[in-house]
Amino acid sequence: MIRTKDIFKSFDEKEVLKGITTEFYQGKTNLIIGRSGAGKTVLLKLLVGLLQPTSGEVWYGDTNFFNLNKKEVRAIRMQVGMLFQASALFDSMTVEENIRFPLDMFTNMTYKEKRKQVDSCLERVSLSGVNDSFPSEISGGMQKRVGIARAIVLNPRYLFCDEPNSGLDPKTSIVIDELILDITKEKNITTVINTHDMNSVMEIGENIILLYQGEIAWRGHRGEVLESDNETLQDFIFASPFLQRLRESALGK
Amino acid sequence: MFLKNILYHFGRYVMMLGTAISRPEKVSMYYRETMRQMNDIGIGSLFIVGLIAIFIGAVTAVQFSYQLDGTLVPVYYIGYVVRDMTIIELAPTFTCLVLAGKVGSNIASEIGGMRQKEHIDAMEIMGVNTAAYLIMPKVIAALVVIPMLVAVGAFISIIGGYLASVPTGVMADADYIKGLRSFFDPFNVTMMFIKAVVFSFILTTVSCYQGYHVRGGSIELGQASTNAVVFSDILILVADYLLAVILTS
Repeated sequence: MIRTKDIFKSFDEKEVLKGITTEFYQGKTNLIIGRSGAGKTVLLKLLVGLLQPTSGEVWYGDTNFFNLNKKEVRAIRMQVGMLFQASALFDSMTVEENIRFPLDMFTNMTYKEKRKQVDSCLERVSLSGVNDSFPSEISGGMQKRVGIARAIVLNPRYLFCDEPNSGLDPKTSIVIDELILDITKEKNITTVINTHDMNSVMEIGENIILLYQGEIAWRGHRGEVLESDNETLQDFIFASPFLQRLRESALGK
Repeated sequence: MFLKNILYHFGRYVMMLGTAISRPEKVSMYYRETMRQMNDIGIGSLFIVGLIAIFIGAVTAVQFSYQLDGTLVPVYYIGYVVRDMTIIELAPTFTCLVLAGKVGSNIASEIGGMRQKEHIDAMEIMGVNTAAYLIMPKVIAALVVIPMLVAVGAFISIIGGYLASVPTGVMADADYIKGLRSFFDPFNVTMMFIKAVVFSFILTTVSCYQGYHVRGGSIELGQASTNAVVFSDILILVADYLLAVILTS
């Protein structure tokens, strides 16, 4: 489990996060949702230590992340996998080399063992046989899946996904969502997903926080979204008249 | 404000180097990266260094023979001047100024591009010490390979001087060889290598710094690449002066 306690973050005069206190549960898909500029990416970057908070704490289990020295931070990061918005695959490496990179860097496995591990990760994301392709030679959806394969290759305890569905068509988005959900359950890991994809909210939102102007405006799970009368949530989720009508019909209004 | 800016960048540069100097997570990965960089910097720059060196030697010989024209200075001095000018000053300084343009801008763009595409963040999250992994192999490779390039450049430069003066009839083959063998001080070669090592350190670390801290988009990346060349060149020239004062006093 990951906990944040009273996180504040400012850039110069601009306060982006204002006292975020929340929990991200193990074995669940935890979603951070909100409009562009609400502070989702900043919160995610704070959780993985790419940014330092102005004040506040982030706890990985019983460990206060920002009290650790560099060596201890790296030890925690060995347990972290992250899928980036643009996948962040290394262009000059093949798919296999990308996924193998953490194994090359941190394990003493033989080449054969590493190859086996890479193949099993690729198989897990339904991408067997693309080992020798370069990132530029595969589609955006495939790149995301390779990103997920690389994120899980060291069997992390924590998985972070920054807008995993951005730039993908609805069908591929569903595949990615299901994959993340399945991996979370299989490996019983803590998954934190930063998204503004409504389908993800309704399909895999087991623990959701809605950020609005740097604060948590709503928290709950997907089952509570339809019936909630929180105006900020409804404004955000059912932004278009079409979605509003859909909600009304679902509620039988 | 200007001084504050300089101190800010200097502090950040020193901190970056402090982080970069650490025990590698996996020696074999760093070794492989260092070898790749040695190939890129060394083999990749051999042609341009050779081309520039041959003209430096040729121009030095032609211009010195022009200055000697009508004087009582023996003609074999051309060989002597080409040799010493090349070894002491032209080979290390010219080569490193050119490499600041070629290698320095390449390093800044490569690291800056990785920063912008979140590759560096991805490595950080994996637990990689990115300052060490991205900077140290480049610095080590440059410290090994650039002095070699400078030595090759000095040799080619002397050949360039020969080609510009002997076949063209400015002087006889024996005179040029005599000049090359006259008044030789081995310390000049040491000075060349000291300069080459210092300049390589400057051009790689300054370029890494510019790339590693790039923010924004393609315009900022272009600026970082330009800054890498400009600041490396300025610092190389300042260091050249300081080394000249220190090593010849």
